[in-house]
Amino acid sequence: MSEAKIKDKAAKGPEAAQEIAALTGNEAVAMAMKQINPDVVAAYPITPATEIVQIFSNYVADGLVDTEYVAVESEHSAMSACIGASAAGARVMTGTSAQGLALMWEMLYIAAGLRLPIVLADVNRALSAPINIHCDHSDTMGARDSGWIQIFSEDAQEAYDNTIQAIRIAEHPDILLPAMVTMDGFIISHGMEVVKVLPDDTVRQFVGTYNPKVKLLDVDTPRTFGPLDFTDFYFEHRRQLAEPIAKAKEVILEIGKEYGKISGRTYGLYEGYKLDDAEYVIVLLGSTAGTAKTVVDDLREAGVKAGLLKIRVFRPFPYDEMAALLAGRKAVGVMDRSDGLAGLGGPLFGELRSALYESKNRPPMKDYVYGLGGRDCGPALIRQVFDELQEIGKTGEVKERFTYLGVRE
Amino acid sequence: MANLKELSRKPERFTGGHRACAGCSAPIVARMLMMAADEPLVVGCATGCLEVTSTLFPYTSWNTPFIHSAFENSAATISGVEAAYQSLKRQGKYDKEVRFVAFGGDGGTYDIGLQSLSGAMERGHRMLYICYNNEAYMNTGVQRSGATMFGAETTTTPVGRKGYGKKQFEKDLTAILVAHGIPYVAQGSPSFWNDLITKMQKALATDGPSFINVLAPCRLGWAFPPEETIELGRLAVNTCAWPLYEVVNGEYKITYKPREKMPVEAYLKKQTKYRHLFRPGNEWMLPEFQKHVDEKWERLLTLAGEPIPAKEPVATG
Ligand SMILES: Cc1ncc(C[n+]2csc(CCOP(=O)(O)OP(=O)(O)O)c2C)c(N)n1
Repeated sequence: MSEAKIKDKAAKGPEAAQEIAALTGNEAVAMAMKQINPDVVAAYPITPATEIVQIFSNYVADGLVDTEYVAVESEHSAMSACIGASAAGARVMTGTSAQGLALMWEMLYIAAGLRLPIVLADVNRALSAPINIHCDHSDTMGARDSGWIQIFSEDAQEAYDNTIQAIRIAEHPDILLPAMVTMDGFIISHGMEVVKVLPDDTVRQFVGTYNPKVKLLDVDTPRTFGPLDFTDFYFEHRRQLAEPIAKAKEVILEIGKEYGKISGRTYGLYEGYKLDDAEYVIVLLGSTAGTAKTVVDDLREAGVKAGLLKIRVFRPFPYDEMAALLAGRKAVGVMDRSDGLAGLGGPLFGELRSALYESKNRPPMKDYVYGLGGRDCGPALIRQVFDELQEIGKTGEVKERFTYLGVRE
Repeated sequence: MANLKELSRKPERFTGGHRACAGCSAPIVARMLMMAADEPLVVGCATGCLEVTSTLFPYTSWNTPFIHSAFENSAATISGVEAAYQSLKRQGKYDKEVRFVAFGGDGGTYDIGLQSLSGAMERGHRMLYICYNNEAYMNTGVQRSGATMFGAETTTTPVGRKGYGKKQFEKDLTAILVAHGIPYVAQGSPSFWNDLITKMQKALATDGPSFINVLAPCRLGWAFPPEETIELGRLAVNTCAWPLYEVVNGEYKITYKPREKMPVEAYLKKQTKYRHLFRPGNEWMLPEFQKHVDEKWERLLTLAGEPIPAKEPVATG
């Protein structure tokens, strides 16, 4: 959350009603879930997401929500139960991380294919092997083609805000797709921060009630969910998934604006930090944005035109917006917190290069795979990237298309 | 006890026109369930023959709300549906009385889906889980499963110079379900319609999880003429290869006792998957099979508090 947003004068009204709380990211998401009051939560614990469902089950035990909490025996069953509950006509949420999301993989596709607006909190964590409980984005990236909307958060405030918006985005009649809101494991999930919490009523009004048109519990109009398609229909049904994806950006922006009205915090597909006149730009996702902003500030003071482009919505990917924003820069550094193992850096790099392919004024670009398994990425490393971008800016030449940042070779 | 006249007047909620093989018993089981139920049903099914033959888009045989999501999670999916029902009812957002049923083949129940089934039963969802057990993965072309009986030839337990079919005996899934301590567990057969429908009715009336394991002869994988499905089921029961019983709150009751226990050979001879049992060199297999059946039957008699008949000398020759 940038300083500028918090101090936004125009937001005085709605801001006044909010409570300021010291919360960890997990607590903030659990709080949002409590305020949303979903009909069903089916979940299985995994570090560092465990707390979310643990805290939430306490809300259930204390009668603070109307939720039916299903403590399933695995993440595969968690997503399966979410699918059943959502198909039945309920508003459904869950949370997981890493191996848990990987175990859900099969069901993620089915949730999207059946157009079920399930909302999932994914606490980003590295995938095994070797086993590691700390942050990187490999888990979310593994699910990037599943048809889920993917929203990244920079801090606990954004995790809270994104969770509330995700319900509206997913359930929007033109969308009806599942959505995952991510936050960086431990860095956000366990770090305590100041979070502005909306009044319960405001959230309840914002998310409204969910009234799906088609549901299993409509026993008077029996419908078959998840039938068999052969070559005669499967392609058309999968093709139909592209429609809500195409519409999603517009809906996300609309809801981001509406959310701004109740909270003073307006959200878009991305956030630019000192970007307008920036010559050297770093593009990244998640919590590293906070660190990068301080580096940008320092460089600006030293007269370097540095800027940051933080992507909030990774699916659908804002290709056109990225192309428009990045064309003409002197150099662009992409920071990927997961390795694509594709032979050319990480997934974010692939998306951005693709976004810029048609640009007349294509900037030189380099990928930095960093922070795997929770490896710290402090200001010094980001500074190193900006230094190299300035080098590239001078010559216009990228010697290595991608590199690993902060690793012992 | 089910009344045939009344059952025949009920509207068809599992309709004809599906693509199951002629002589397949799975649709018969589905139809019997629909007849057994008085309340509206929401049905889930695992990937497998029953699902792929009954939901071929744009058609469906399910004239009742139906959901298929994947292979190993029929129980978990219905857990979610039932949880939604409980939640919406509690909140006053829904007021109908509905029952929930999950179907799975033996593969989706004994093997890959055992975990999600176990979880759902342990959590106590009010659902009836029906395993239509055709003793192999039929949908993918007759591969062995945990339910496949000893000696059976399948595409992954082929008979060859060394191979003699499946080396292991079947897993006793019904016993595993009993061990869950759920209120109603039974074994049934579509060949004994009254017994099966009565069990389904009892299961649906159970306020908690219930499970019925139904032996579902597969004319393709077992290779018998399509018109003999019901006959095969009868032989399975009368040889005690598939005893009919129920366990209500831990109490065992044998619901059908063959007047005369037939030798298992009579049942095995009807299926080409056992034809090698009758070939020279494999003489040891049939007694092995028979011994297993006898032991299981005697254990069941003991559990049900029934006398064990004196052993008759086995005729040889
Ligand atoms: C995770 C997964 N593994 C494998 C399959 C392939 N598959 C589909 S149905 C099936 C076998 C089903 O066997 P069973 O449950 O006994 O039902 P039947 O086909 O005999 O009716 C298999 C292996 C699958 N759909 N999903």
